[in-house]
Amino acid sequence: MREKILYVVGALAALLLARNIWAMLTGLPDEAFQGAIFRIIFFHVPAAFTCFLLFFVALTASVSYLKTGRMQWDSLAVSATEAGLAFGAANLVSGMIWARIIWGIWWTWDWRLTSMLVCWLLYAGYLVLRRAVEEPAQRARLSAVLSILSFTVVPFVFFSIKWFRTQHPQPVLYGEGKMDAAYRAMLYGNWVPLLMIAALLVAVRMRQERRLRELDALRREAHAF
Amino acid sequence: MQYLRQVWTIAAKDLRSELRTKEALNASLSFALVILLLFSFAFDPTAEMTREISGGLLWLVFAFAGALLLNRSFARELENDCLDVLVTSPVPASALFLGKALANWVLLLGIEAVCLPVFGVFYNVDWARQPGWLALVLLLATWGITVIGTMFSALTVNLRLRELMLPMLVYPMLIPCLMAAMQLTTALVAGQAPEGDQLAWLRMLAGFDIIFTALSVALVETVLIG
Repeated sequence: MREKILYVVGALAALLLARNIWAMLTGLPDEAFQGAIFRIIFFHVPAAFTCFLLFFVALTASVSYLKTGRMQWDSLAVSATEAGLAFGAANLVSGMIWARIIWGIWWTWDWRLTSMLVCWLLYAGYLVLRRAVEEPAQRARLSAVLSILSFTVVPFVFFSIKWFRTQHPQPVLYGEGKMDAAYRAMLYGNWVPLLMIAALLVAVRMRQERRLRELDALRREAHAF
Repeated sequence: MQYLRQVWTIAAKDLRSELRTKEALNASLSFALVILLLFSFAFDPTAEMTREISGGLLWLVFAFAGALLLNRSFARELENDCLDVLVTSPVPASALFLGKALANWVLLLGIEAVCLPVFGVFYNVDWARQPGWLALVLLLATWGITVIGTMFSALTVNLRLRELMLPMLVYPMLIPCLMAAMQLTTALVAGQAPEGDQLAWLRMLAGFDIIFTALSVALVETVLIG
């Protein structure tokens, strides 16, 4: 039953994405200054939102693990972090492609870009740390602490655009930013399938983690004999 | 009051044992000097250029040397199961952490005090133009390095690959602190007192110290005891 729900969510997300891409390419006019490439924003910005949302989920799951000691929270934390890293990579790569066209360079060491890269590296470090700890409870405890420490960077990435002068375009969704209503609707509209994909990835990874725990328990039992 | 005494006891113990063996101190100091030497091959150290990048160079040296020092901070206690004794002693984990951080802070400041004149001599940089401000930046940024480093030293103490894990986790976390320290130091070495943007960096440095000290003190018990 649950498996079917996952398939349905996946199919719906694919359909929505296809519809959105079709609408982006045929329905929406090119942006006045940037031309066709501006459409990257419909993936770039929602990917960043999804990434931060998943890191926030990882943070809450980590705090909950430390409070309750239930391994499900640890599974949620690692699943959300992995999915978040995927969306963070999508954000970085799409931004680089945009920068190559608009700025003429792939990368610039500007605060927004640098802080996002640092954030990504920190969470990648989380996954490396998990590999280095063998005992599951210890692994869950240490990685939960690291997840809490790492999250301090996320608000920094989010607000870096306001605190520093950066080359990155100013926000268009909040503050003084302006965006045409049709573009804005597409931006939020395209966030929906991305969120569905994120939920799907987290659900699949959590199931793998559960299987892993079951296998581990069986192995221990076998050793005990 | 008793808490402060516990912090002091741990710090004094760490300092005493380090000053008697000098194992981390020697390694860290000679490593710092080797990196200072290596930097001279990475670029052509003309006076003009060195002044522009002096802040960056100095803090890279301090961060590398610091990692060596901090690695030993908790690892030293593994021999003879000292860590278990410390954890089960009546000293709270946060006092243990603060004491160790304090000792590391003093040691790293000592290494910096040796490196600064050496750097000045080799690269022809007059680093003492704004001594008061430079001292403030050194104190704040070094506390940032030690608080993060000591926390991760506690986090990685029981892992295999400890020596690899610590720098990999510490450096990305330290970037805001190092960045602020580098910007400020470069300006101070050029003789400018902090103003405007520079003060914002100083505030960021102080904020970094406060946030991570608070988080580490709150979380270290979970790390060490569980």
